[in-house]
Amino acid sequence: MQEKRLLKGNEAFAIAAINAGCRFYFGYPITPQNEVPEYMSRELKKVGGSFIQAESELASVNMAYGAASAGGRVLISSSSPGIALMQEGFSDLAVIQAPVVAINVMRSGPGIGGIQPGQADYFQVTRGGGNGDYHIIVYAPKSIQEACEMIYNAFDVADEYRNPVMICADGMLGQMMEPVCVPEPREAMKEEDIPAAKPWALTGHKNQRERNAINSVFLQQEVLEDFNMNVLAPKYEKAKKELPEAEIIDVEGAEVVFVSYGSTSRMAREAMEILKEEGIKVGLIRPKTLWPFPDFAFEQIGESTKHVIAVELSMGQMMQDVKLALNGRIPVSLINKVGGVLLDPEEIAERTKKIMEVR
Amino acid sequence: MKPVFEVTKGMREKVSHYCPGCTHGIAHRLIMEVLDERGQLGDAIGVSPVGCSIVAHQYLNVDMIEASHGRAPAVASGIKRVHPNSPVFTYQGDGDLASIGIGELIHAAGRGEKFCTFFINNAIYGMTGGQMAPTTLVGQKATTCVEGRTVEQAGNPLRICELLNTIDGAVYVERVSLHSPSAVRAAKKAIHRAFEVQEKGLGYAFVELLSTCPTNWGMTPVKATEWLKENMIPYYPVKQFKCPEEVK
Repeated sequence: MQEKRLLKGNEAFAIAAINAGCRFYFGYPITPQNEVPEYMSRELKKVGGSFIQAESELASVNMAYGAASAGGRVLISSSSPGIALMQEGFSDLAVIQAPVVAINVMRSGPGIGGIQPGQADYFQVTRGGGNGDYHIIVYAPKSIQEACEMIYNAFDVADEYRNPVMICADGMLGQMMEPVCVPEPREAMKEEDIPAAKPWALTGHKNQRERNAINSVFLQQEVLEDFNMNVLAPKYEKAKKELPEAEIIDVEGAEVVFVSYGSTSRMAREAMEILKEEGIKVGLIRPKTLWPFPDFAFEQIGESTKHVIAVELSMGQMMQDVKLALNGRIPVSLINKVGGVLLDPEEIAERTKKIMEVR
Repeated sequence: MKPVFEVTKGMREKVSHYCPGCTHGIAHRLIMEVLDERGQLGDAIGVSPVGCSIVAHQYLNVDMIEASHGRAPAVASGIKRVHPNSPVFTYQGDGDLASIGIGELIHAAGRGEKFCTFFINNAIYGMTGGQMAPTTLVGQKATTCVEGRTVEQAGNPLRICELLNTIDGAVYVERVSLHSPSAVRAAKKAIHRAFEVQEKGLGYAFVELLSTCPTNWGMTPVKATEWLKENMIPYYPVKQFKCPEEVK
């Protein structure tokens, strides 16, 4: 890790990506992620990388599609409405199995919505906003430090799985400053090393191998079914076994368990302390991966727990996965704010007590 | 005996899915012959569009990728950043390039991206079965204008070379045709120049190839080439719009 520095979230994200060996970035301005393209426009060229300010999010995701297919280590970033515009591209990236890392600095919606933080992208990032049976791997950091580590590792996960990986941050993490130790710079892959490292990539066949054809169209239904069932599905099953991560705090013996991710989980964590002082035992499950969802964490919820509460900045999108993980064992409630309004610990504590009275 | 003619190594031995009389086959072969003659088959990377030529990679013996509808210039921009010294090209039809993908086209040209685009203009959507394209001529029949395109309903067809001619980053812009042997020879020279512009790093190179679609035009192949000559060329003049001194 590098020395501790006070950094703005979006800049720290960009530094972490460059340190991870990312050399290609394609961005389009949208608040609240603008410091990512701004930083990349200044810094990538200093390390021999390449930056394009794309004409749209649609173009930026497709530039990533090209660069990743050519063997480059690629980052794109946007915010909720821009991610919506990229969804065709994510479906395409998944089908051609291109390793691309995307940062989503989420804001409120629907529509153009607002520029304040939100978490109502949960469906569009975990349910596949694009067409077809595909998944992207989604990480949700709670702090700038954790975001840097997740971004740094995301490139390796993307390469290993040959799948797009998204870091779902939010406007809060993107815009605030925190002390951060960014992971150390790694050497980037050289162009001449791509053919050996990524034999599937577009590098030119050099008259030494069969030509590589990367395709997204399957005009014979049996071939497409086979691809879905025997290429993509086993990969997703492997991801479900290997990738789910969660932070689990004080769940054993808890009367109430909060489920919360991202910056919102820090409010839930503080609300736990308020409630603890009042003698209420509260636990927390904080999904660090949104897809695959950490179902395993919910096995730790025992007989003592009467209330599971999803704490999130949406109308209850993550709550659906919580319900699926619990499979009807315990009623699930929602404590939320939407439209860019944030939750604070006192309000979470008060609303928790109300839920306990009613149930 | 010394062979007098050989099929280029740029074409794979595959039975084509294109309709009889379609000019995609000629365009494919010209591009591959040019790359072969330039000794660049092993380095080239192509991007195919959505449309009849989506599976061009089945026939072209170079590394290739399919782009989603209209996005080929963005995809090629990304590829070129990773392999700045490799010849990169997009191969796009009129629906893909002039309709859904015109934004990506104009901005790739605007940035002066150093790749080539080969634009197959046959004035119709082929793969989806003959709908009106942005380049369908006034009066020309298509399944979404069965009585012929009208200006009142759909406006006038877009002239893409003329549009790109206003963009400084597009340094080489030429329209050629595939309706006769002499036109085909001229087209090959234009393709050569486009790759030359790219190799010299001069900017974006664009070649429009006027093409036929006998099936969706409802004509025999011979009649289709006549129709191209008599109807398309007057509206889409065969012309070199600009060419850098270095490749003249």
